[in-house]
Amino acid sequence: MKIGALKETIEGEKRVALTPDSARRLQKLGHECLVESGAGEAASFSDDAYREAGVEVVEDAAALWDAADAVIKVRGPTMQEVEAAPEGKLLVAFIWPAQEEELLAKLNEKRMTVLAMDQVPRISRAQKMDALSSMANIGGYRAVIEAANNFGRFFTGQVTAAGKVPPARVLVVGAGVAGLAAIGASTSLGAITYAFDVRPEVAEQIESMGAEFVFLDFEEQTQDGSGSGGYASPQSEEFREKQLEKFRELAPDMDIVITTALIPGRPAPKLWTEDMVKAMKPGSVIVDMAAERGGNCELTQPEKRIVTDNDVVIIGYTDYPSRMATQSSSLYSTNVFRMFEDLTPEKDGQVDVNMEDDVIRGATVCKDGEITFPPPPPKVKAIAAQKPKERKPEETAQQKAAREAKELQSSLNRTAIMLGVGGALVLALGTVAPASLMQDLIVFVLSVFVGYHVIWGVAHSLHTPLMAITNAISSIIIVGALLQIGSSSVIVAILAALSILMASVNIFGGFLVTRRMLAMFQKS
Amino acid sequence: MSTGLVTSAYVVAAILFILALGGLNNQERAKRAIWYGIIGMALAVAATVGAPGVGAYWLIAAMIVIGGIAGFVVAKKVQMTQMPELVAGFHSLVGLAAVFIGINAHLEMNTALAAKEAGTVADLSGFASVIAKKTAVEIDILKVELFLGILIGAITFTGSIVAYGKLAGKLSSAALTLPGRHLLNAGALILCVALGYLYLDGAGLWTMILVAIVAGALGWHLIMAIGGADMPVVVSMLNSYSGWAAAAIGFTLGNALLIVVGALVGSSGAILSYIMCKGMNRSFVSVILGGWGGEQSSSAAVEGEMISIEAPAVAEALDEADSVVIVPGYGMAVAQAQGSVSELVRRLRDKGKTVRFAIHPVAGRLPGHMNVLLAEAKVPYDIVLEMEEINEDFPDTDVVIVIGANDIVNPAAQDDPGSPIAGMPVLEVWKAKTVVVSKRGKGTGYSGIENPLFFKENTRMLYGDAKASVDALLNHLN
Repeated sequence: MKIGALKETIEGEKRVALTPDSARRLQKLGHECLVESGAGEAASFSDDAYREAGVEVVEDAAALWDAADAVIKVRGPTMQEVEAAPEGKLLVAFIWPAQEEELLAKLNEKRMTVLAMDQVPRISRAQKMDALSSMANIGGYRAVIEAANNFGRFFTGQVTAAGKVPPARVLVVGAGVAGLAAIGASTSLGAITYAFDVRPEVAEQIESMGAEFVFLDFEEQTQDGSGSGGYASPQSEEFREKQLEKFRELAPDMDIVITTALIPGRPAPKLWTEDMVKAMKPGSVIVDMAAERGGNCELTQPEKRIVTDNDVVIIGYTDYPSRMATQSSSLYSTNVFRMFEDLTPEKDGQVDVNMEDDVIRGATVCKDGEITFPPPPPKVKAIAAQKPKERKPEETAQQKAAREAKELQSSLNRTAIMLGVGGALVLALGTVAPASLMQDLIVFVLSVFVGYHVIWGVAHSLHTPLMAITNAISSIIIVGALLQIGSSSVIVAILAALSILMASVNIFGGFLVTRRMLAMFQKS
Repeated sequence: MSTGLVTSAYVVAAILFILALGGLNNQERAKRAIWYGIIGMALAVAATVGAPGVGAYWLIAAMIVIGGIAGFVVAKKVQMTQMPELVAGFHSLVGLAAVFIGINAHLEMNTALAAKEAGTVADLSGFASVIAKKTAVEIDILKVELFLGILIGAITFTGSIVAYGKLAGKLSSAALTLPGRHLLNAGALILCVALGYLYLDGAGLWTMILVAIVAGALGWHLIMAIGGADMPVVVSMLNSYSGWAAAAIGFTLGNALLIVVGALVGSSGAILSYIMCKGMNRSFVSVILGGWGGEQSSSAAVEGEMISIEAPAVAEALDEADSVVIVPGYGMAVAQAQGSVSELVRRLRDKGKTVRFAIHPVAGRLPGHMNVLLAEAKVPYDIVLEMEEINEDFPDTDVVIVIGANDIVNPAAQDDPGSPIAGMPVLEVWKAKTVVVSKRGKGTGYSGIENPLFFKENTRMLYGDAKASVDALLNHLN
């Protein structure tokens, strides 16, 4: 099949859906590749580079539409483009069918088979073609870079000969792919990073990226990431209030705020209000990544960088991936290639839009003159349902003191009981036993106590030498035999002599082995 | 030498023994601590020989020389890997000596009592003259002490021989489970107590000899019923018994030094057993009563397959790794691989990698067994860490090499409540990025429990003798 990449027509869009690299890989699947002249220029891919990769460079869009069987793009085509296009082509691009109903109808009219990159289901198998994630990843990184560019200080704290520099404090609101990427970039620049998300189950991901999860103490947050495919859903009014309260508390301390909160199919929630902006220090930066959908910050103006009266910079750009066109083109083109890899299972250049396949079914928005959007729910659930992590409330000083007192009390009680029982036993024995036995008993009990305290102090690694040395020492029993060997009875003398013999073996063998062992321990 | 001098020598000896044990709290000090023990022993023996009433000096000298040479030769010849059986074997000697001395005490007591009746007490020498001064109550107490000394001594004697046989591979390491074994044990114990009662009642020497035989059988059966994996507990328990036997004899003879040292050794062994049992999350009683038996419930079947790996691939993985943890087990001791492992560590450290050892409290067949083997192979002891010290570091570890260990890295202990080892603290090696398990074959380990670790996705099996595998690895590590 002939796959052609169009030049993007929207102002400021620098990305391209085909790179020389992805073209080579598409050719291995048995496809031929075409590209509109100049399509890759803004992303630093020259026509010559494409030619080198065996791609046919076509003069203009009309010629490409005619020559190609499948057309790939980054952004969806405009109405005019669709109007001018021939019928029955395969189109792969970002379509946003839920918002662009008119465009979808028009595409269907032209009997196109359209696969929307934005509709790829969020399941593990489809991750390789999840262009939203790869773009969000770039966006999150770029947002931090834009913030750094507008921020007058270091991110990392330093102590220099010219004075001490405090580290920047960054708050990331919304820990989706973009949020996590922003956290990663921000922590690796050395800033102290905090992150907030309405889904408590992402706390672990946030912490794994090196940021601190801003914990909201709220009872009703029974969010389940599985139901919405890992996206956030709207919140109750009480929750929102609680959340804003927390942000108000944080605002004066934050140098940089990056907001990425989006709820699918809705305008961006207003999370950073005007009074919060006012509370921030001069020189602070807000990067509002939700600007395209109205912005998370009340003062955001889409596509613009503004400076407020108290000298806070608010960045409302909407084209972060496009600002890193080379990187995003190569990732996007790989996503597109992966899509074609699934579309051509036989690797023979024949595209099969298999509507039984969850991923392809999910991405296909119209086919054979029928609108197939929205798709039925996929057979595989996106994310396993999980319970929000319960945070144990931190122990207050009083609670800790009370607990410790209780533990101490129970341990004292235990000692008291043991002392009582033991004392009673010894007393009972003392009433019948003669004094000589009691004297021996004193020695015995004291020795057990000494042994108990001494042995607990022995290093774990020396337990084998300890056994060897106690074994040698236990042959002190030789003393008993020595005391008996002088007996007038021959049997007694023989048995005593044998005991001395055995104990001697033990004494010499035991000490020697212990010495051998200990001599081997050495420090590096 | 006067009795006063002898006693003062005993005081010094007792203090030296305490210092010897206390000195083991650190590797450097331990080397001096042993000298305290040697001097203490020499002092105790010399003082006793010099005590009034001890004769037959030539016999004493001959016995000490012969025994000393025998002990010296054995200790020189023994391999470090044979340490467990050596210690167990030595315990049996102490047990038997305790039995002999107990029987002697009885004979002496009879002589003393006879002399008392005949009115010839003044002719008695040594221990017998001490007994002759005792009252009737004291004689009864003496009999109880004697009985205890013989009972514990006999159990220690046969138990240590069985432990020796199992550790040396001369007896099957599997737990012997006779039908009604708990009843058998209880019966033997009751029989011993009954015999002891008869003895107190005035029956003769035969009761004590029977006690020695029955207790010997009990010791044999007790240890036969304990599986190989529990041997560390058994050895330290026998260690403890030999101490109690010495203490009991000390009571019999009225000798304070014997009581002190016996109590020290006894409590030391008991604490070691306790530490071992805690390391396996099992109660002391269940270990003593034998095997994994009785609690064997249906543990979950393991799904998946073991993925094998060859030495070159392991070498490659090690080459890329920054931090490596090695988990040794009894298999390393059996294969005598500690030298090769040490060489591997040296090479990896030369390349600037962090290499550490993780030692489970019950790895091997003796408490601290692995530490001794690694020390023998000149592995610096400051990179040898205990379970609690290293368990948290596994998620940040690139490669874990498990050499001849099985139960101590079994995730079933945490995941599968039906497993016989459920709840036992284990090294969480599966949290590392890659786990390489060096193992002889596909079979289960010492305890016969299936190990789900071998089936995990990040686990690779390196089959073959541990030493051969590590040597092959060394060849491929440039």
